[in-house]
Amino acid sequence: MTAHATSPQFKANATRALADPNLQAALLKMRTGFIDRRAAAVDRLPEFDALRDSARDIKNHTLAHLDLYLEEYERNVRAAGGQVHFARDAEEARRIVLDLCRRYDAKTAAKGKSMISEEIGLNQAMEAAGVAPVETDLGEYIIQLRNEPPSHIIAPAVHINPEQVEADFRRVHTHLDPARDLHEPTQLLTEARQVLRRKYFEADIGITGANFLIAETGSSVIVTNEGNGDLSQTLPKAHIVLASIEKLVPTLEDASQILRVLARSATGQEMSVYTTVSTGPRRQSDPDGPGAYHVVLLDNGRSAMLGTQFQDMLRCIRCGACMNHCPVYHAVGGHAYGWVYPGPMGAVLTPSLIGVDKGGQLPNASTFCGRCESVCPMKIPLPKMMRHWREREFERHLTPAAVRYGLGLWSFFARRPALYRLATRAAMGTLSLAGRARGRFRWLPLAGGWTKYRDFPAPQGDTFQARWRKERGGRA
Amino acid sequence: MTDARADIFANIRRSLGVTGNEATRRMEVADRVARAPRGVIPQRGQVADEARVALFRAQAEAVQATTVAVDSVADVPAAVANYLRDHNLPATIRMGGDLRLTAMPWGDTALELKHGPSDGNDLNAVSHSLCAIAETGTLVMTAGPDNPTTLNFLPDNHIVIVNARDLVGDMEEAWSKVRIAYGKGEMPRVVNFITGPSRSADIGQTMLLGAHGPRSLHVIVVKG
Ligand code: SF4
Repeated sequence: MTAHATSPQFKANATRALADPNLQAALLKMRTGFIDRRAAAVDRLPEFDALRDSARDIKNHTLAHLDLYLEEYERNVRAAGGQVHFARDAEEARRIVLDLCRRYDAKTAAKGKSMISEEIGLNQAMEAAGVAPVETDLGEYIIQLRNEPPSHIIAPAVHINPEQVEADFRRVHTHLDPARDLHEPTQLLTEARQVLRRKYFEADIGITGANFLIAETGSSVIVTNEGNGDLSQTLPKAHIVLASIEKLVPTLEDASQILRVLARSATGQEMSVYTTVSTGPRRQSDPDGPGAYHVVLLDNGRSAMLGTQFQDMLRCIRCGACMNHCPVYHAVGGHAYGWVYPGPMGAVLTPSLIGVDKGGQLPNASTFCGRCESVCPMKIPLPKMMRHWREREFERHLTPAAVRYGLGLWSFFARRPALYRLATRAAMGTLSLAGRARGRFRWLPLAGGWTKYRDFPAPQGDTFQARWRKERGGRA
Repeated sequence: MTDARADIFANIRRSLGVTGNEATRRMEVADRVARAPRGVIPQRGQVADEARVALFRAQAEAVQATTVAVDSVADVPAAVANYLRDHNLPATIRMGGDLRLTAMPWGDTALELKHGPSDGNDLNAVSHSLCAIAETGTLVMTAGPDNPTTLNFLPDNHIVIVNARDLVGDMEEAWSKVRIAYGKGEMPRVVNFITGPSRSADIGQTMLLGAHGPRSLHVIVVKG
């Protein structure tokens, strides 16, 4: 068992998402922010496209030689005093981590952001075993307080507004003065910084993910803006790295190529603030750092993707650009996808990892507008792979009748005008309130084919339908 | 129960249609690891001398670091003292055992010095970088007693010294420096690439400085 999936209920999830005004406001905001910043960063680097080709070729080469690079990597981790643990599936990975927790007598673990941790449902397992996992990435911390899964792979709390964060902090940080001022985002940040500072020092083990594993040196690489991953791995007795087998690259130079497209695609930064390359545990002369270094290498269905039409998906570096540019994600957010990985990358990956019976709906959550592929730094043909899944699903007759006869989730929205009205009205209201109306939408979630070629005028104030009713009502 | 490691390797090889014993594949992998070929290197960083210093400073400042250039190492302690005074910070600093730092004339200032790793109670730390990357305004720090890793993350204000002659154009050149210092295939326990002060956009999708790491990052470039 991996983390619990509600992907089969995509439609019900989507319906709820469309009717959630807080979520719709957050999605409107992220839409422009992420897209504009990425575009600006790409414009500043003339070699961006050549680097995408380079990054794609590096990963293709690595995947074609994955067995040999894994051997090289493992050898070099051991040479640096670290240990490698192989896990075939989520359960095995959880058991390895829990065994390590016992070995280091861990009461609490400081955790950097790790999608593998989400994938294997690690936090629930740790809690059940009496080890308190403390998420230290601010977004992950917020959703942990709310007991929610992430809604985005690099911005896990993107669906939550500052007022909600304030309410959560007041609910949980009961040791602090109830009359304190928290209406500024900086005050929330400062409070989280203080609360989590203590946690790093209390933690017995530190758990991080890895953006890359480097065969040449046996190193793991994490990329963060906050510095939380570094504190999580530096201060405790032991550092556990959670990574899946496709994170491998051959050399430091290869990682450097991909790093140039990663941050630009993710947040529009040229480099994230902290790129950390770790090799083994603390050494004799080291004054700080973890006393032990373990890597848990997870397969969980990936080795079976090699050699199939889904192999290209293993190039994914989890930058989030595909969801940042996806009209369906913009409409329903990440939770609707019902499992760990949302958006176009999730629509392709989820059926591979948890089975087509659970994730088979997701490849239909697409307008096939092609934006995801056009922005993917690793040039992954996402729409093509979603089509592969639809074909397979058709063959297996797992598809609901409507889909078999050429209607997809797209039509689910289109057939529910009342729902669509509600969602757009909620969004417009917030837009004009915030004074952020830009006059035009470059595309609309449910009319991708149409707005691809022309801008859609954004209603000023009310939606057209609401205004029509008001004005007619006024005359009558 | 069968061995997880053996199973995973067997699955990978079955999917790829290989045995793992193919001489050509083994050679290709060994060759790539040994040669570590460079890929596409952006033109931006390929400038020398003064232009490289200017590019580095502009890039670092674009990500909210502050920078200053001094003529020689002898000027560093005064530059540190000035920075702390200008920002109303206490005149205390912590640093590691790096001889390039400890040999500086700190006695000419009123700064109070502490040495060794941080326990989280230091406001200001001073580190010496191995090198820095002009392309992105990135500092390259290596772990060890000279510059403990905790100094990069725990203090509120991080002051980093970089020699102008250690400025490189790109990350690939930085790896060359690491390899010269440590040997090919050998790595310091941690290499930290630092590009600006700590930040987060997780609250309200607004970028705010000073998340978990330093709230401010000040770089002193030594020209001489
Ligand atoms: S599929 Fe491409 S765009 Fe999407 S997260 Fe992966 S690398 Fe990024």
